[in-house]
Amino acid sequence: MKQTITVTINGKAYSHEVEPRLLLIHYLREVLGLTGPHVGCETSICGACTVAVDGRAVKSCTMFAVQADGRQVVTIEGLAADGALHPVQQAFWEQHGLQCGFCTPGMIMTSRQLLERNPSPTEAEIRHGLEGNLCRCTGYQHIVNAVKAAAQAGK
Amino acid sequence: MISQSFEYSAPRTLAEALALLAGGDAKVLAGGMSLIPMMKLRLAAPGRLVDLSRVPGLTGIREQGGALHIGAMTTHYEVESSAVLRAKCPLLAETASAIGDVQVRNMGTIGGSAAHADPAADYPAALLAVEAKVTLARKGGERTLAFSDFLIDTFTTALEPGEILTGVIVPVEPAGAGVSYQKMLQPASGFAIVGVAARVHNGSVRIGVTGLSGKAFRAAAAEKIFAETRDVQKAAAAVPLGVEANSDIHASADYRRHVAAVYAARALNAALSRAS
Amino acid sequence: MATTITKPDTLVGKRIKRKEDPRLITGTATYVDDIQMPGMHHACILRSPHAAARIRSINTHAAAGHPGVVAVFTGADVAGVGPVPCGASLPGLRVPHHSILAKDRVYFVGHPVAVVVARDRYIATDALDLIEVDYDVLPAVADPEKALAPGAPAVHPEWPDNIAFTYHQEGGEPDKAFAEAEVVVKQRITSQRLIPTAMETRGVVAEHRAGQLTIWSSTQIPHLMRTLVAMMLGVPENLLRVVTPEVGGGFGSKLNVYAEEALMGFVAMKIGKPVKWIESRRENYLCTIHGRGHVDYYEIAARKDGTVLGLKLKLIQDLGAYHQLLTPAIPTLSVLMMPGLYRFRNVSADIIGAFTNCVPTDAYRGAGRPEATHGVERMMDLLAVELKADPAEIRLKNFIGADEFPYATATGLSYDSGDYAKPLKKALDIVDYHHLRQEQARAKAAGRLMGVGLSTYGEICAFGPSPATPAGGWESATVKVEPTGKVTVMTGASPHGQGEETTFAQIAADELGVTMDDVTVIHGDTAVVQYGIGTFGSRGTAVGGPALYFAIQELKKKIVKFGAMLLDSDDVSFSGGLCVCNKSGKTVPLAAIAGASYRAMKLPAGEQPGMMATYFWEPPNFAFPFGAHIAVTEIDRDTGQVAIKRYVAVDDCGKIINPLLVDGQVHGGVVQGIGQALYEQAVYDDNGQLLTGELTDYAIPKASMVPWIESSHTETPSPVNPLGVKGVGEAGTIGCSPAVVNSVVDALSHLGVRHIDMPLTPERIWKLISAGGRA
Ligand SMILES: Cc1cc2nc3c(=O)[nH]c(=O)nc-3n(C[C@H](O)[C@H](O)[C@H](O)COP(=O)(O)OP(=O)(O)OC[C@H]3O[C@@H](n4cnc5c(N)ncnc54)[C@H](O)[C@@H]3O)c2cc1C
Ligand code: FES
Ligand code: FES
Repeated sequence: MKQTITVTINGKAYSHEVEPRLLLIHYLREVLGLTGPHVGCETSICGACTVAVDGRAVKSCTMFAVQADGRQVVTIEGLAADGALHPVQQAFWEQHGLQCGFCTPGMIMTSRQLLERNPSPTEAEIRHGLEGNLCRCTGYQHIVNAVKAAAQAGK
Repeated sequence: MISQSFEYSAPRTLAEALALLAGGDAKVLAGGMSLIPMMKLRLAAPGRLVDLSRVPGLTGIREQGGALHIGAMTTHYEVESSAVLRAKCPLLAETASAIGDVQVRNMGTIGGSAAHADPAADYPAALLAVEAKVTLARKGGERTLAFSDFLIDTFTTALEPGEILTGVIVPVEPAGAGVSYQKMLQPASGFAIVGVAARVHNGSVRIGVTGLSGKAFRAAAAEKIFAETRDVQKAAAAVPLGVEANSDIHASADYRRHVAAVYAARALNAALSRAS
Repeated sequence: MATTITKPDTLVGKRIKRKEDPRLITGTATYVDDIQMPGMHHACILRSPHAAARIRSINTHAAAGHPGVVAVFTGADVAGVGPVPCGASLPGLRVPHHSILAKDRVYFVGHPVAVVVARDRYIATDALDLIEVDYDVLPAVADPEKALAPGAPAVHPEWPDNIAFTYHQEGGEPDKAFAEAEVVVKQRITSQRLIPTAMETRGVVAEHRAGQLTIWSSTQIPHLMRTLVAMMLGVPENLLRVVTPEVGGGFGSKLNVYAEEALMGFVAMKIGKPVKWIESRRENYLCTIHGRGHVDYYEIAARKDGTVLGLKLKLIQDLGAYHQLLTPAIPTLSVLMMPGLYRFRNVSADIIGAFTNCVPTDAYRGAGRPEATHGVERMMDLLAVELKADPAEIRLKNFIGADEFPYATATGLSYDSGDYAKPLKKALDIVDYHHLRQEQARAKAAGRLMGVGLSTYGEICAFGPSPATPAGGWESATVKVEPTGKVTVMTGASPHGQGEETTFAQIAADELGVTMDDVTVIHGDTAVVQYGIGTFGSRGTAVGGPALYFAIQELKKKIVKFGAMLLDSDDVSFSGGLCVCNKSGKTVPLAAIAGASYRAMKLPAGEQPGMMATYFWEPPNFAFPFGAHIAVTEIDRDTGQVAIKRYVAVDDCGKIINPLLVDGQVHGGVVQGIGQALYEQAVYDDNGQLLTGELTDYAIPKASMVPWIESSHTETPSPVNPLGVKGVGEAGTIGCSPAVVNSVVDALSHLGVRHIDMPLTPERIWKLISAGGRA
């Protein structure tokens, strides 16, 4: 049976009737047209679908939309405020932290969480903190640099 | 990778949750980090999900009478980052930090992990080593069980149909206790190929092992050898003895047994170095 | 041949951040799955759970009647669609008919059997469960050597020996060289099956509207796809448009035409509605091509002083059940590159292509060259061990000399340029080789297992002269100066993460004297861009770049003519975005020239209006990048786990257009090489079931599993093209795996270990250590 949910996404409240089995990632992408978060694995490994729910980075392929009822969701589309890039976005651009860009929205969302919890991470902490996000293009080195640069910029 | 259809409820009280569970093929949804993947693979197809995330009183860590009460819905991240646990039951915090990745730790819960009884899960090793208890609620009652009695077999626990695991109770570690959790990762999934939790106090040791066999277990023989000999290598070598070890493409039974002994020695040594 | 251009103070050569990134970091880029259209339906494909079976019957009744389902198609329905194409040709090649849906038999787990089309993907997924297929399961074979053994199950009943082709190539006098050799070393070396794992799976959207069929596909080759799909579907090529939106990585896996493009085209035409199919990760692992899959038997012949004389190879290629676009051609690339950087004058190679009940292998990053490099670099180390020589010395001794270029190899190639000792010496300096060896000796004396591994690689890239490629090896570019002076570049290469929107803008901005912001690079739409070949084989910049360069040179001639007319002078030159009259010093800017060319109030004699030029550049040769990688490893002797302590990569990819992007390519390539060396393997069981069917079981490297990569370069320009560029997309992957394996073998050599096959899992190494005893 469909249920009505109300979710605040990137600061705006939405209300929809959804099937309970509808995954949050599909709700965002297919119902709301927020196609920034991607599907890379469907098995909670790759992190391409990462969004923030009530401030916590989560894999939206492993959460039903109904679980987000009443909660605050931020996707990659909601990071840049008034056209100004978020420092993590800016750092990914400056440091060439992406190639094909498919992993990037999730990578940025997790990096943002990482820096919120640990504003001056070491290289090892960055690598450990990004274990839930796979990138097949960059070899991660420029991503590590980007997170370091964003940390620096945040000081 | 799409689940079959189901009904969904998010009760606001424990009583309501228990009532919903009583009917038919309902299942508890905690962090969903184990259940949702199984539903997507259509290995699980519950008719109703009862989401505990809005039931008050199931999260948080509180100290009471020399023990720490951890709500079932406390996430791995909350355990890992809890100042109270880091100080008073560091083994649990250390183990939580070894689970999966940040996103999984943000959602997954200690109750869910205990209830799921995955043979490669990390918590069970630590819960055995700290001699944890679990509290289970059912309509009109509650019971408390030692975690070692709760854990029955692969994906099997003492939970009765309709019962909810409400919390985990661990003793406050006495001063001078030393602990360590050592885990060899399966590189793709991040689960444990083998994980060993060790806790030493006053020359006695408790060893919890996960990943090695169908269910996590206390390495009683190894504990005894250590008590008698204080010999880490001898004790560690006894950990895999007589255990029917798991075997898969990531590690054969022989290798798992070997690694269990190696990691047991590492965990023991690390715990000893932290003990006083 | 053109000479290399170098100009002071240009954008080319600078670390410039990418033009493509703003859309990618804000989540506003459009990948195939991001396309939504009114009335769009979703397709899901039912796939065989068996590696070999006859289909007795298929019952689609319940699925077709499921609410929300609009159509179900099976093999019988698509009988009119042509087979999935194989572009490679070899003498005597056996090509099985590869229909887009199974007819009466399935040949591998994942073989498409039926397609369900429904209102949304949830309904389509539900309906898949309602299709009943009655299979008569047959014996299968999943290992190429077992497939070649007598009595093995026949993958294709018409060819009971499972041999798709044999191929022999020889140069010099290998038998004589081996007869005269003072030392001969032999080794069986495998390059395991790998799964490319682009983070975006494949996906296709198709729409048939007003007589035109449009296919959006996550592909590296939109134009080739248009031609081939038009042939499969029998639709006129000029009524088929292929659009490549953003592509989330390819690594060769999207250098192909698969069943699904034609299948979705077919569905769209049948249902009259747009249709989308997005590959699940499991499908990606089961049905998109795999890479590698070699069993190689090597023999190397040498003199006692370490001079190499000859190399022999017997190569068994696991082809899988079918040929995809280039399947049988891949091992022939290994043979071409088997001599590596060395003066092997006498070589012989025999390939046996074996059918197995597995998904086809095809080009995966490096495609044939990592296998060759792994082989020759392992053999050079084995020779060094045999002769108790230093692996660096033995390489330096046998390198082709810097004065020997162009160098004709025993396999018939002409290496364009090189100085092979240079990157090796640089890498040795960076690691301080002499002291490193001393440190290693101390470590070993203390009971630690430390290894130093070298790999010096050469690769063939910039594919390539057309006669040597199956479908044309040229590339095209169009450059336009719009009436306002803005520049539009259209490249036939179809980049997907390599950053050509940036590097090509750098080239165009330099040449035309405009800013990067003034240049837009368009690619990947057959309705907009002139025919092109695509991006693979490290050719995007190395072949597409020169095409652009030449198009601009053509355009400049026109600019100068219009400039002369406007300046009323016959002595005019163009630079820095201005035409200058060399007599009066008067100038006219590019925008004014372009504007005048479109208004066309007046035209220079014989000139057409407008400001546009197109160039199809045919490269005279391949380009041959090279380099040296060194891996320092330490092994946990209790568990067999390998830690890479240092990784040094010195790569020479010719002239560097953007060092930031080149480093990115090297890092990514090296990490895929580390993946192969340490973690990755597609594992099929004896029944042909893929045991590594998801990312939960197939381990691609995570950030915490790889080291810091110390990347640097030497720059030996290629004489093949005017930019001097060579290509760098695959270098890291090609150079890496032998460095890591050589390092680990080096760490264990005193235990009697000579060779280890990849991946070097802890368990594999632990077993070797246990068997060798604790030295
Ligand atoms: C990518 C990934 C990596 C992971 N890596 C690890 C790892 O390294 N180590 C590790 O230990 N785990 C790992 N996990 C599993 C993770 O820790 C899960 O969070 C945990 O196993 C289950 O907790 P949950 O809260 O998510 O429970 P759910 O998935 O919601 O539930 C699991 C099961 O327990 C039942 N259940 C849940 N809560 C209760 C309750 N309070 N009372 C009664 N029944 C209940 C549910 O009905 C269900 O059957 C990983 C998971 C993922 C997706
Ligand atoms: S798609 Fe969600 S983790 Fe990969
Ligand atoms: S940039 Fe392509 S997967 Fe990360």
